[in-house]
Amino acid sequence: MSNETILSFEEALEKYDPVLGFEVHVELNTKTKMFSSAPNVFGDEPNSNVNEVCLGLPGVLPVVNKKAVESSILIGLALNCKIAPHSTFARKQYFYPDTPKNFQTSQYDDPICYDGWIDIELEDGTVFHVEIERAHMEEDAGKLTHMGGATGRIQGADYSLVDYNRSGVPLVEIVTKTIEGAGSRAPELAKAYVAAIREIVKNLGVSDAKMERGNVRCDANVSLRPYGQEKFGTRTETKNVNSLRAVENAVKFEIQRHAAVLDSGVLITQETRHWHEDTKSTTSGRPKSDADDYRYFPEPDLVPIVTSAAWVEELRATLPEPPAERRKRLQADWGYTDMEFRDVVNAGLMDEIEETVTAGATAAAARKWWMGEIARRAKLADVDPAALGVSPAVVVEIEKLIASGAINDKLARKVLDGVLEGEGTPTEVVAKRGLAVVSDDGALQSAIDEALAAQPDVAEKIRGGKVQAVGAIVGGVMKVTRGQADAARVRELILKTLGVEG
Amino acid sequence: MAAINRDDVAHLAQLAHIEMSDEELESMATELAVIVDAVKSVSEAAGADVPATSHPIPLTNVMREDVVGHVLTVEEALSGAPDAADGRFKVPAILEES
Repeated sequence: MSNETILSFEEALEKYDPVLGFEVHVELNTKTKMFSSAPNVFGDEPNSNVNEVCLGLPGVLPVVNKKAVESSILIGLALNCKIAPHSTFARKQYFYPDTPKNFQTSQYDDPICYDGWIDIELEDGTVFHVEIERAHMEEDAGKLTHMGGATGRIQGADYSLVDYNRSGVPLVEIVTKTIEGAGSRAPELAKAYVAAIREIVKNLGVSDAKMERGNVRCDANVSLRPYGQEKFGTRTETKNVNSLRAVENAVKFEIQRHAAVLDSGVLITQETRHWHEDTKSTTSGRPKSDADDYRYFPEPDLVPIVTSAAWVEELRATLPEPPAERRKRLQADWGYTDMEFRDVVNAGLMDEIEETVTAGATAAAARKWWMGEIARRAKLADVDPAALGVSPAVVVEIEKLIASGAINDKLARKVLDGVLEGEGTPTEVVAKRGLAVVSDDGALQSAIDEALAAQPDVAEKIRGGKVQAVGAIVGGVMKVTRGQADAARVRELILKTLGVEG
Repeated sequence: MAAINRDDVAHLAQLAHIEMSDEELESMATELAVIVDAVKSVSEAAGADVPATSHPIPLTNVMREDVVGHVLTVEEALSGAPDAADGRFKVPAILEES
């Protein structure tokens, strides 16, 4: 395990200027693979979604998936990239059992998308402009499971088992240019960058974007240099960082580790590092060496992809509103404070609230229900609020029932109970459970008379001008009517009965 | 002669997992040097205005629709495997303890 010395983050940052770079792999959610018509499905029985092409059997020919090319172009456009009019595939050659052909079909010197940028906004509003070097098409490798050994890790394994279901799944690799000037914000920027990419590809609908399934994977490059030095230091590339928090922690750890190594007068070895979630540290993988001499050459079995302006523009016209712009628009439309809006985003309820507002609720009411009662019940049931079973239409209907005076807030919660128990729409639940507010003044009057008779001293106080004492009588009436009265109306009637001005 | 020597060939052979004898390395170095020279003369003939050719045939955008087609069964997929376990291909451990 790692027993490397590291400097404190603060000390590391005092002495050195971090430079970052990211390679993010995005698995596309096409129905079939990049170069074969075998299904692209996660979690199926091992080796059940393969054909001869995915297994790299002799004599097979790859054929490009048009949808995957279009998804790649969409990603490029969303990242403000130029789309290459002419682009080719290349073979990247290495021996590893997850790649049965002994080469990965990728792109080398003419990627489909290049020269883009994305503005990354950190939580406090600081914006970093990140330039995108390229986004190219390639294929995923199979999945290795290391057997034997103590930890299930590659070190010490007796043998490995290979599932090629993932072999050939379409990937888009997004590569940034070097990012300078992040300083102490480097770990945060790393996390925010990967989060932004994940959000963009999810919003485009081109990837399921689940990091826990490896749909979005980040390799983080870190190097340090003394302040004022122009030349970059030697970098390391940390792999296997498969959550947003891990990206942040891995970058932070590498900055601290590099600083300690440099401080001791030793040079950084250019190498791959493996991130370990359990120890929150990295260990050395293999050094960059001859093994990285991939001898790329043009893939003879795949002809070039030519993108006409018409095709690109047709795709551009389908781009959804960028997530960051959408957030700004919605917050302005809804009039939420920064904190209210951030809570909504963090709760993952922006879509639900938007639908609820679109269906006719006010933004305040939509937030009240989703962030309040629905979120509370979801937490108790240990599910996502969106998955609880309350639709935006239900929220709108309940709000309408409240606005019309048919039910009050307290009854509304009972209506929600009924809806969640499958008793129908809110209106049906009100009818079935007899939850309507008692609005018959006659019925209310007898309840009021009863309550006044029960608390004659309170009634006397009110008569004497202590109007705030009316609450006790209102409470008595609400008790008698089991909460099914309109409290405001009850108050009005009590004061009228006692001949007092409200 | 092009600068491709015996060491270059040995390096390539290692990368490509090809076992070569000393004699083979020598003769291949000579042969490859001739081939590299031949390719070089093509580069000299093409001016800066001629784009690199990746494919000799003027064909582009050969693509298929995203529709599921032929799939092997697990048994078929594993039928050519030297070794298998749990429905998966069994391969030797790749990295030694580090």
